[in-house]
Amino acid sequence: MSAEPILSVRGLQKHFNAGAVHALNGVNVDIARSEVLVVIGPSGSGKSTFLRCLNLLERPTAGSVIFEGTDLTAPRVNINLCRRRIGMVFQHFNLFPHMTVLGNLTLGPIRLLGKTPAEAEKKAMQLLERVGLADRSDAYPSQLSGGQKQRIAIVRALCMEPDVMLFDEPTSALDPEMVGEVLDVMKELAREGMTMVVVTHEMGFAREVADRVIFMDEGLIVEEGTPWEIFENPQSERLQSFLAKVL
Amino acid sequence: MAASFAKFKETFVFNFIEGARWKYITNGLLVTLEVTFFSLLLGIAIGVVVAMIRSSYDQMKDELRPGLGSTLLKLLNEISRLYLTVIRGTPVVVQLLIGYFVIFVSSTNTVFVASMVFGINSGAYITEIIRGGIMSIDQGQFEAGRSIGLTYIQTMRYIIIPQAFKNVLPSLANEFIALLKETAVCGYIGLMDLTKGGDVIRGRTFTAYMPLLAVALIYLILVIFFSWLVGKLERRLRSSER
Repeated sequence: MSAEPILSVRGLQKHFNAGAVHALNGVNVDIARSEVLVVIGPSGSGKSTFLRCLNLLERPTAGSVIFEGTDLTAPRVNINLCRRRIGMVFQHFNLFPHMTVLGNLTLGPIRLLGKTPAEAEKKAMQLLERVGLADRSDAYPSQLSGGQKQRIAIVRALCMEPDVMLFDEPTSALDPEMVGEVLDVMKELAREGMTMVVVTHEMGFAREVADRVIFMDEGLIVEEGTPWEIFENPQSERLQSFLAKVL
Repeated sequence: MAASFAKFKETFVFNFIEGARWKYITNGLLVTLEVTFFSLLLGIAIGVVVAMIRSSYDQMKDELRPGLGSTLLKLLNEISRLYLTVIRGTPVVVQLLIGYFVIFVSSTNTVFVASMVFGINSGAYITEIIRGGIMSIDQGQFEAGRSIGLTYIQTMRYIIIPQAFKNVLPSLANEFIALLKETAVCGYIGLMDLTKGGDVIRGRTFTAYMPLLAVALIYLILVIFFSWLVGKLERRLRSSER
């Protein structure tokens, strides 16, 4: 782990409806290279909004997001260039239904990284092999199961060779028997040293894989620490009552 | 019975065969199809651009930072809205006359003028069709495109428009059918389309029912044919969505 954080969030605020709703009320966090940061909290606590601010899918009302030394909220920052290095996986997969799996995986590398179709496909096939879906490369998303879709969505992000991966409740829309296959891919990624920020309700995953866990409520970080500190030794009352409900 | 058939045949020959008057119908039909086709092409081109301006403005107006880009987009959006209001608020015949006698006054190519006017006119309606198609695409598709680093335009081009286009294809085909009938007013600027062709025959032969009913019949056959095609297209699109 190098000393310089890959992502540094300072005083992050996000208001919706002209200030009527305060989703984030000043969040500060540093994320180190190769760190796996898991964000937990009740629904409406602002954890998804926090994640979506990291690649500016939501534009913060105030505060800064510094990614590899660049403040993404500054004017004249080319956000598209930065997003190439920030992979994102969504709750509802968001695969492109009009393209095959291979089409989904090679669109970015061909259009943005200047790869030839052959290069992009080779890389995509290698990654598909690793998640065990090489045989589905010509399928359309509608022909895949939820777990397969989410694994493809992870590969789509990886094809851009990102420095950090954001996961927005990646298993919440899955049937229970498919959760495992997606979590396995994520564990593998964590082992390989990918920097990951994961919003999830999978406490088992948080316990096992996270380097650090953040508990958010009402747009603020209420508590943060190692999985042991958060799950075995919670300090705040809010975290204790949250854990009592979900564990 | 035989006598009335003979009379019908005589009228038919008089109206269409003598003096090769059927050519008014066939040439007119060609002109009608030509104007309809070029109008649709122009209409779709305008529709895609204006729909993109309108929906990108609606999507981004809260997020845009002040600057040249946002001022430009705001301006384009206002122009688009003015265009939609004016075109949809005035009769197409009036637009046709203005197009011929005011705007393209130096042009003698009436097919060109009619295609421009009907293209600009149907562009306004196609804009709304395509805008509806763009809005029908899940917001997640847009976010997925932007999250891998595609620009707004690239996301539109590779992800949103292809899906939206498939959704609006039946509506576009219906617009084509509506356009086909609307072009019947081309005669106002002296264009020899199908309707005008039939009317010219009426003027020459002084028998009204035969050429006019023939014209109506041809429009009807065309519309039934294209409606059948649209139906087939819709069924095929539906079957490809598993």
